[in-house]
Amino acid sequence: MSTQEQVISIIAEQAMLDTSDVKPEDTLEHLGVDSLGLVEAIFAIEEAFDITVPFNANDPSETDFDISSVAAIVAAVEKLKAEQSK
Amino acid sequence: MNRVVITGAGTINPLGTDVPSTFAAMQDGRCGIGPLEIADSDRLSIRIGGQIKGYDEAQHFNRQQIALYDRFTQFTLLAAREAIGQSGLSFTGPLADQSGVVLGTSGGGLNTQDENYRAVYEEGKNRVHPFIVPKLMNNAAASHVSIEWNLRGPSFTVATACASSNHAMGQAFNMIRCGMAKVMVTGGSEAMLCFGGIKAWEGLRVMSKDACRPFSATRNGMVQGEGAGVFVFEDYEHARARGADILCEVIGFAMSSDASDIVTPSKQGAARAIAGALKDARIAKEEVCYINAHGTGTAANDKTECAAVADVFGAHADSLMMSSTKSMHGHLIGGTGAVELLACIMALRDRIVAPTIGYEEPDPECAIDVVPNVARDAQVDVALSNAFAFGGLNAVLALRKH
Repeated sequence: MSTQEQVISIIAEQAMLDTSDVKPEDTLEHLGVDSLGLVEAIFAIEEAFDITVPFNANDPSETDFDISSVAAIVAAVEKLKAEQSK
Repeated sequence: MNRVVITGAGTINPLGTDVPSTFAAMQDGRCGIGPLEIADSDRLSIRIGGQIKGYDEAQHFNRQQIALYDRFTQFTLLAAREAIGQSGLSFTGPLADQSGVVLGTSGGGLNTQDENYRAVYEEGKNRVHPFIVPKLMNNAAASHVSIEWNLRGPSFTVATACASSNHAMGQAFNMIRCGMAKVMVTGGSEAMLCFGGIKAWEGLRVMSKDACRPFSATRNGMVQGEGAGVFVFEDYEHARARGADILCEVIGFAMSSDASDIVTPSKQGAARAIAGALKDARIAKEEVCYINAHGTGTAANDKTECAAVADVFGAHADSLMMSSTKSMHGHLIGGTGAVELLACIMALRDRIVAPTIGYEEPDPECAIDVVPNVARDAQVDVALSNAFAFGGLNAVLALRKH
């Protein structure tokens, strides 16, 4: 599975949607993923990719982990994977 | 002062997954204690417990709920579902704001703690699921009950070890009595049958390896159990006005502290709580027909409890019945008083007194009618339920037939 497919699968599970209903351009808000769902999705991403996501639920914009859309999350995960595999 | 009645009861415990099946088991004198089926039980020296067997959380809750509900919360919600369903109440408008939930537990989300300590210490994992804190906290069950049924009034959790449920129900009773609330969902829950939960109890050396035999000369300790009991306490006038089916009336409650030893029980402390409940209920001691004992099956509790009852009741102690249903379901710790209140309701409503099973031989220090081994038909108008906790904290409820 590609990074995008894995991320979509994790987000779809949180949103209780079929993976085919989650598009790269979708926002988490649009998909109905609330703040608890987001925290759970980040945990699932960390487990799936064996990375540490620098995310603070108090201020999601504080870090450069971009959650503005599914595609942004995929890109952020790709970046962390590259950085943390060094 | 407002009168308080019980209009709903629910449970899940080692004897049954609801109130009717629990009553049937108590009437049959059935034992719900058996071999523990938990991880690493081969490393335990105590391998029996009152475990709820065949329980599948996925049958009752979805994946998101399971991520947030520890086993003790799940038990609570299932028992609350039965109790509130029976009461026929729905909480909307002003009633929602005048109704709350107060529950007892001792260990709270102990299974969640146990599993996650395993993950970080034993398996060396460096991260845990994000909901561990809201899942393990002691007030999780009370909060989820309030969320599921829209109970928006006074709500909290009481932790007084083995007396938690009785203390919780005593608070609920007094809150309705004084007008703070119209309806209180109350009782307690415990799910401590995990490796760490049993290991800690093993350390005290008060556990039996084979059975819980309260008041019997052959008793050799307590046996842990798990489960929940939840009740709907309601203002009597409110219940009457809506034509509710009233299970019984709560007429008194008292609590006391031994102020002496952290584990050894005190006759005086227990006696003050029992006498206090009679005084609070404004009843003569001769009116009490049945006491659901704390009756843990330890040497210390049972003889101390019998001595306290003898002190309070004098000659009447020879004509009342006192049984310990822990012999059947084990000691549910923070949930025990709630499940044991069911035996009082059965005695008042169905005129059947639950037995103390496993009773083998009289103990001169426990010279009381403990309803040995076989349930008994009896007219019971007033019943007490005792709970005496580690820490010397005692709580006794008085109920009357309605």
